[in-house]
Amino acid sequence: MKVLLNGTEAELADGATVQAAVDALELPAAGRGVAVAVDAEVVPRTHWQTHKLDDGARVEILRAIQGG
Amino acid sequence: MATTDVSADPLTIAGTELRSRLLLGTGGFRSLDALATAIEASGAELVTVALRRIEPGQRGSIVDVLDSAGVRLLPNTAGCFTARDAVLTAKLAREAFETDWVKLEVIGDERTLLPDAPALLEAAEELVDEGFTVLPYTNDDPILARRLEDVGCAAVMPLGSPIGSGMGLLNTYNLRLIRERAGVPVILDAGVGTASDAALAMELGHDGVLCASAISRADDPIAMARAIRLGTEAGRLAYRAGRIPRRLYAQASTPEEGTPDFAG
Repeated sequence: MKVLLNGTEAELADGATVQAAVDALELPAAGRGVAVAVDAEVVPRTHWQTHKLDDGARVEILRAIQGG
Repeated sequence: MATTDVSADPLTIAGTELRSRLLLGTGGFRSLDALATAIEASGAELVTVALRRIEPGQRGSIVDVLDSAGVRLLPNTAGCFTARDAVLTAKLAREAFETDWVKLEVIGDERTLLPDAPALLEAAEELVDEGFTVLPYTNDDPILARRLEDVGCAAVMPLGSPIGSGMGLLNTYNLRLIRERAGVPVILDAGVGTASDAALAMELGHDGVLCASAISRADDPIAMARAIRLGTEAGRLAYRAGRIPRRLYAQASTPEEGTPDFAG
């Protein structure tokens, strides 16, 4: 299935979880300072392993940067 | 007598005591090392952080730097142009940083980066209802500041001039009115260009100053961090000390009594 991952179309296995999307971005170690929204709703870290993505989901994976 | 010990004069926001009245924005530093050194020189205990999309292979974590500096994080909603985006960004920040504090920005215009007042108020109300400790970046508008306080914001953060402009405090009259009416801390946010701007804000009675570009984009950010720290402290002491009134004409500081009469 295809999802929109940080604005770019990405191919994930059917039934892929949020964790799979996070892994697809090759994070150093997804520690503090990372957050995920799926279709404009926050997905808490504790749900990353279980929250399954739908085909066409808009996934935003954000991290801390300098700013403000 | 006002104390001269700045550590005995903390800034209290939502029940949390901060020994430093200078809040540091982290935008614009050339490296995380430069940021870490500037945090130390500034003495800031509350430091902003933002959220953006992850790019594959990015290295270095600002969160690690801020954690090792021992500062409290103040996530912002920079770049949000609608109340909806700002609320979602605040919720993501709460998830990412495990804090319900948020520097709420809802921007109305890319050229000026001035706040969108109705959207700011809407987002502030929703976030307060969701349990956030909301510190809104607001216009220098006394009425809007009061409305933000009325919906439950923990502080108000009026701009001195637009973000990154370094133009200082353009409307000290409005800023004084905001301070006079507010029942929550007033923190000057945006517009500081150098140490005297921070001092002036504090002399007007502001409870704190939030500063990013003036430090991070200075030729020597470390020296400027210290300068603005001292300016903030100096302004606070001067405010508490009570300045003399302005007068149109001179008032001799040496007594007239006992002045000799040489001409006879």
